[in-house]
Amino acid sequence: MDTTISTGAEEESVWGGGNRPLGASYGKLMMWFFIVSDALTFSGFLASYGFSRFKFIETWPIADEVFTHVPFIHGNFPMYYVAFMTFILIMSSVTMVLAVDAGHRMMKNKVILYMFLTIIGGAIFVGSQAWEWATFIKGDYGALETKGGRILQFVQADTGQRAALADFAQVIPSERETLQRNDGVWFSSESSLPSYSLEEVKQGFLSNPNILIRTETLNAEGEKTLLTREESLAKIKDATLVVEGANLIRNEYGSRLFADFFFFITGFHGFHVFSGVVINVIIFFNIILGTYERRGHYEMVEKVGLYWHFVDLVWVFVFTFFYLV
Amino acid sequence: MAHEHKLAIFRGTLKFKSNTQKIWGVLIFLSIVTTVEVALGITKPEILTGNTLIGMKLLNWIFIILTLVKAYYIAWDFMHLRDEKSSLRRAIVWTPIFLVSYLIFILLFEADYIYNVFKDGYLQWNF
Repeated sequence: MDTTISTGAEEESVWGGGNRPLGASYGKLMMWFFIVSDALTFSGFLASYGFSRFKFIETWPIADEVFTHVPFIHGNFPMYYVAFMTFILIMSSVTMVLAVDAGHRMMKNKVILYMFLTIIGGAIFVGSQAWEWATFIKGDYGALETKGGRILQFVQADTGQRAALADFAQVIPSERETLQRNDGVWFSSESSLPSYSLEEVKQGFLSNPNILIRTETLNAEGEKTLLTREESLAKIKDATLVVEGANLIRNEYGSRLFADFFFFITGFHGFHVFSGVVINVIIFFNIILGTYERRGHYEMVEKVGLYWHFVDLVWVFVFTFFYLV
Repeated sequence: MAHEHKLAIFRGTLKFKSNTQKIWGVLIFLSIVTTVEVALGITKPEILTGNTLIGMKLLNWIFIILTLVKAYYIAWDFMHLRDEKSSLRRAIVWTPIFLVSYLIFILLFEADYIYNVFKDGYLQWNF
């Protein structure tokens, strides 16, 4: 109630309308109702993620091994970039509160500045997420898929490091090319072929005794099970496909559902951030034009602020359940 | 226009002079919590991953509790629920908490059941 700005005449008649039992204006209440329902939507997504994860608790991918990249830097840096993204979003949340606070004190120029910073923060976050998606889709090392749709990854026996397909696959000359729409049967085409064929990977594996297979199954220490050379030789017979990167159907990092949920939940959240940025830009120009100065209050900034904080709040949960737990 | 803000956090142990100061204070607190989370996520101390409480690793309990702490401060100070009427606050907070707890309870129990069917039933899926 204390922060609410009065937008209309205060009337005391209980049934005549105009009084506010919750001490918040109509617009603000509606924003809160929207946020509550949206929170339930996100909770539904995250709970179904939990469902799938508990269902495949012994084979779920380890997020630390999936998200290991930082832009412009090579190497293995789990978490750092996501932590940076989290910090950016919290930071833009802070500039948003500062904008709301400046709005309460009717300081137009400060509101403009803080709204601008908020928009920049949101843009950096959306860009980072696009990069994160691109990296995830492109993939890291490549893997094989078995008849049962499980993933076999490769490890170098001497160092214990992951082995990329390119490290050991043999190149066998072949004529197999991606089927384009203009070749062969009209209007039929296929998605791009992996860099190595199954036969090339198999041959390379057989001739390189240093390569071991890692299965999806987690052992007692919570790490992926590493097979011995003999077990690996038996296991590779099950392979049917070469998988590079992740999409909605195949996923070189492990369970396909992991990729599906990643695209769905971070995509839905990214869409929220994007629309938040768009709304912020609209409000930003309204502030510059002096709309709220003439209206006498900056409640609109407060309302988009609520939405923006909500987006940040959701990210806090996505961060925990996707990257940490 | 006068606007009153409640300027104390941590149940009144930490008081701020102005709303702006409180915002920066909350930011520092949230950053510390995030840093702790990331540090734990990278180091993964043996003592926290080895021990479990109600079927979940201690580390994961810490992550979830810290997340709820962060959510509380974002909602209370950034979305200024702290300054709203308690009736509004309760309507907004308890409705989702009740519904979501129920959903999580149902789904996770069901998932665990399916996990056991896959594991012990005459059904092979990991091949």
